[in-house]
Amino acid sequence: MSKTILIVGGGLSGTIVANGLCRQMGGELRSGALNITMLGTTETHMYQPGLLYVPFGRMREAELFRDQRKVLDKRVNFFVDPAKHIDVEKNQVTTEAGRTFKYDYLVLASGSRIMPQNIPGMKEGGHWFYDLDGARKLRDALNDFQGGKIIINVNAPHKCPVAPLEAAFMLQEFLKGKGLWEKTELTYTYPIGRLHALEPVAHWAKPEFDRLGIKYETFFNTESVDPEKKTITSMEGSTLPYDLLITIPPHQGAQVIDDSGLGKGGWVPTNTKTLYREGSTNVFVVGDTTNIPISKAGSTAHFEADVTIDNLVSLCQENRFAREYDGKVFCFVETGLGSGTYVWFNYTTPPNPGPPSQMIHWFKLAYNRLYWLSARGLL
Amino acid sequence: MAERQKIDARGAFCPGPLMELIAALKLAAVGDEVDLWSSDKGSASDIPAWCAKVGHAVVESSEHDGYWSVVVRKAK
Repeated sequence: MSKTILIVGGGLSGTIVANGLCRQMGGELRSGALNITMLGTTETHMYQPGLLYVPFGRMREAELFRDQRKVLDKRVNFFVDPAKHIDVEKNQVTTEAGRTFKYDYLVLASGSRIMPQNIPGMKEGGHWFYDLDGARKLRDALNDFQGGKIIINVNAPHKCPVAPLEAAFMLQEFLKGKGLWEKTELTYTYPIGRLHALEPVAHWAKPEFDRLGIKYETFFNTESVDPEKKTITSMEGSTLPYDLLITIPPHQGAQVIDDSGLGKGGWVPTNTKTLYREGSTNVFVVGDTTNIPISKAGSTAHFEADVTIDNLVSLCQENRFAREYDGKVFCFVETGLGSGTYVWFNYTTPPNPGPPSQMIHWFKLAYNRLYWLSARGLL
Repeated sequence: MAERQKIDARGAFCPGPLMELIAALKLAAVGDEVDLWSSDKGSASDIPAWCAKVGHAVVESSEHDGYWSVVVRKAK
């Protein structure tokens, strides 16, 4: 009898899983013993890390997008029909269009989204670069900026944890290049008591901020933004004035996860090693969708997807589990417009970033293109 | 009815125990509790310090075999 693997979500992790399964189970697909179906929300696939470059004119919008059907293996049944209800007891998903899909194995890869509306005044008073519309507006705001107070404001939780720090370094160099740095006061706010969640990255960033003249305030969790007075206030009781507010809004997972009772805030309780949804043995969770306390990042999604492919293939072909996820995360860190470093860690190995170099920046630029090979399951 | 949620952030290098706590409290109702497990010894002092700034209550703090458990009640 034919088995169905159903993937909810067409972002990086869902796409890698779909393509990886096709590459490893060609025989089953050919014979009709397996079918792979994906429920996506859009016809296009976006390279999300590229959004960081858009406000600085370093990537064009067209470079961020590909047709999802071209990124996906042709053997994947792809529907642009978002999941509306996921029933893990009945092993079925119903969609916005009213279809019902049964599954033998389910992969939840529904991702995360920014929620500026969760903080009073943030949507009206803030700019951001975590979605295309926000990146466009920030690009325009930076084009118009002639000096003044800029705040880069980071809120928990958020994905791509190094992006806010990268944005600070890139912005400093961008403004310096335009001759505006002397007329600018840049302040970076962060939710915990240091400049980055990763302690070695924070220790490295602090003297760099001091050297460049970037101000900072830690233990700053946004309570509200006043777009009229142009001020931002923290739960900790601090109020800062701004001329341009660049915020990393708090994130939540997909609404369908919450609506299906699978996890508060859209985060699915997930076993840190097997990546099974807690309480299920035929539901895997990958990428931002998990509640695992590690970075919500593209590399996390990629490494989790690789493990999930191996486990699904082993389960389908040999009825056994293949391997566990070790918590691996790898992030490039842009330290300006022409230098970068990287950091990697897993559940047992702490991060230890090396000194920034032009070479690593070039690797990052190369990866901005190689991403499409990752999504296709080739890299 | 108030809930208690456990977060096992032992070995979590990024985003780390305090960031996990902040994120969990945003989704919690007033009166709910979060029991945070951390292997970072700094959590035993960082978390009470942050709670004091923001006004949440530290209900319990205890050291176990290689980790700390800090229970925080959302106060507002």
